[in-house]
Amino acid sequence: MKRQLYANLRRKIVFITLAVAFIPLISLSVIIYYQFAQVFRNKIEEQIEYRARAQGNAIELFLKERTAILLAMADTYTFDYLAGEDNLGKVFQIMNHRVGGFIDLGLIDSSGRHVAYVGPYNLLGLNYYSQPWFGEVESKGVYASDVFTGYRRTPHFIVAVRRQESNRSWILRATIDSDVFESLVRAAQVGKTGDAFIINREGIYQTHLRFDGEILSKSNLNPIIFGEGTTVLEKVNREGRKVLYAGRWLKKNNWLLVISQDASEEMTKLFKTKRMEIIIVVSGCLLIILTTIFTTRLTVSHLEMADRKMNELNAQLVHADKLAALGKMAAGVAHEINNPLAVIAEKTGWMEDLLTEEEFKKSQNFEEYKKSLRKIEEHVERARKVTHGMLGFARRMEPHLEDVDINEILNETVTFLESYARTNNIAIEKELETDLPIIASDHAQLQQVFLNLITNAIDEIGKDGLVYVSSSRINSDIAVSVRDNGQGIPKEYQARVFEPFFTTKPGGKGTGLGLSITHNIVQNMGGTITLESEKGKGTTFTVRLPIVVPEKK
Amino acid sequence: MDTFRVLVVDDETDFLETIVNRFQKRKIDATGVPTGEAALELMKGKPFDVILLDVKMPGGMDGIEALREIKKIQPLSEVILLTGHASVETSIEGLKMGAFDYLIKPVKFDEVLEKLAAAFEKKNIQEQKIRSAKIQELIRFPGRIFDQEKGKE
Repeated sequence: MKRQLYANLRRKIVFITLAVAFIPLISLSVIIYYQFAQVFRNKIEEQIEYRARAQGNAIELFLKERTAILLAMADTYTFDYLAGEDNLGKVFQIMNHRVGGFIDLGLIDSSGRHVAYVGPYNLLGLNYYSQPWFGEVESKGVYASDVFTGYRRTPHFIVAVRRQESNRSWILRATIDSDVFESLVRAAQVGKTGDAFIINREGIYQTHLRFDGEILSKSNLNPIIFGEGTTVLEKVNREGRKVLYAGRWLKKNNWLLVISQDASEEMTKLFKTKRMEIIIVVSGCLLIILTTIFTTRLTVSHLEMADRKMNELNAQLVHADKLAALGKMAAGVAHEINNPLAVIAEKTGWMEDLLTEEEFKKSQNFEEYKKSLRKIEEHVERARKVTHGMLGFARRMEPHLEDVDINEILNETVTFLESYARTNNIAIEKELETDLPIIASDHAQLQQVFLNLITNAIDEIGKDGLVYVSSSRINSDIAVSVRDNGQGIPKEYQARVFEPFFTTKPGGKGTGLGLSITHNIVQNMGGTITLESEKGKGTTFTVRLPIVVPEKK
Repeated sequence: MDTFRVLVVDDETDFLETIVNRFQKRKIDATGVPTGEAALELMKGKPFDVILLDVKMPGGMDGIEALREIKKIQPLSEVILLTGHASVETSIEGLKMGAFDYLIKPVKFDEVLEKLAAAFEKKNIQEQKIRSAKIQELIRFPGRIFDQEKGKE
């Protein structure tokens, strides 16, 4: 029942402490983690966005430069001049020398016929009138195409400008070197899994891809989801991995530069942090649990101990109360019995007195009367011993303090009992420590204590033996031992010898109050009384009294 | 000395009668009264050597009070307290107030006689001292006896 109570208390304390410790710890770590993850993610996004914008700018610049030089050439030279193959070759050389990145250069007249050409392919004389880009150039004047295969059957794209020369118009067209262009695009890719590519408005790849996906094939990215300028998106790819995409519109929103990056690759650093945080939090929690359980156990066991002590104290108090009540009752009973006993004793004595008169002496039953009266007296005496013992037991007055020399009391007591001991052929030996301090105690009560103990020892021996009385100082106590070489007290009685009315003396010889009174007196003085007994070897009673220094007067 | 004059004060009449009888049988001039008031009344007219006084008597005067009064009337009489109760405090109080000793009932008759003898002896010694003091005084100031005589008249 009590154990259950403590277990409950322990559980409650542990639970509350853990709750108070864990809730803020865990919520704090979770919040910090998510905040950190958010910041980290923002940083990654910013990075990829920055890269897309910067690389986009570089690509725009590249295209602008190519367009600008083509425009410059068209503005500088006339159709007739450029129609000469050598002249076109010279111009092509200048262009490649100035900005580079061109594969070929061609001159086309307004009917779409390829008038002159410099480059690795045999395209001279082909008609471009039906090519989609031709119309665009005709209408816009400057045009950079999407990637297409065209007559040469390889994916490429061209930049073309239209020149209005007095009454006729013509077109100067150049093919951009795909390798140069793609390496420019690819410069934006990062990491082991990152990619950079361009798609057009319809989602067709305009550059080669790092991994899978062919140029001019349809991308699964829908360019419409990318907003104006530079946009960062997160998508889950086919393999179920989160991929970050940064898109930047180029070429008047016809092309979209896309930089892709595996989010998880960048996030591994974050995962490391996360793992570390989890380890710290978990070990912290374990530590908290251990300390909480440990300290709680300690606290509760202290509490338990204090409670137990209090209970013991209460039990002692109750016991003392019981004894006091018993004492009062005993005193009352003793008084009520003593008066009639006194009357009986006197009446018997009176009868004995009368028996001494002549007329009774002659009586036939004189001796019988006399014997009976003696017996009555004997039993009155027996009853008297009991009631007087009870009165002594009831005598629970506070110790009356005076300067007491323990050895002096022992000497007095032994002297007083020596003749009684000698008649039973019992010797009393003393071994008293000299220089015992004088203590403040009750002389009469101590005398009663020693008297009881020594008388008991003598009675215990019966005839022929030795009683050994010693005194000594042990730390802050004075110890007095009374040892006899009698029969010893059986184990089962040892615990009960201090109980009132408990006696081992035969036939009503003892009242069972002597040791109880002794015990009470010693306890009231703040001392202890213990016994050690071995069957056949004897018994030792030891009284320990605290040394209470008398007040100086 | 020839006989003691003993007064026994006890409310237990059976006890009182018997103990008085036993004293008388031993040629002790014993008188018994059941209350402190009666004892005081009696003592005003008759001197006693020793008074056996029960400390605890129901109703009326209590033993200690009686003792105080007795000591006023006959300061030289020795008082032995008798009690059925081990009221040691009462007994000690009694002793402080000049009681000779105390006995706890039931008491052996021989013990009573011993105590009586001792008390009587003490009283005699006391009286002896007073007497010799008076004689000394007379020897030194013979005229004083007349002054005392005058005072009595």
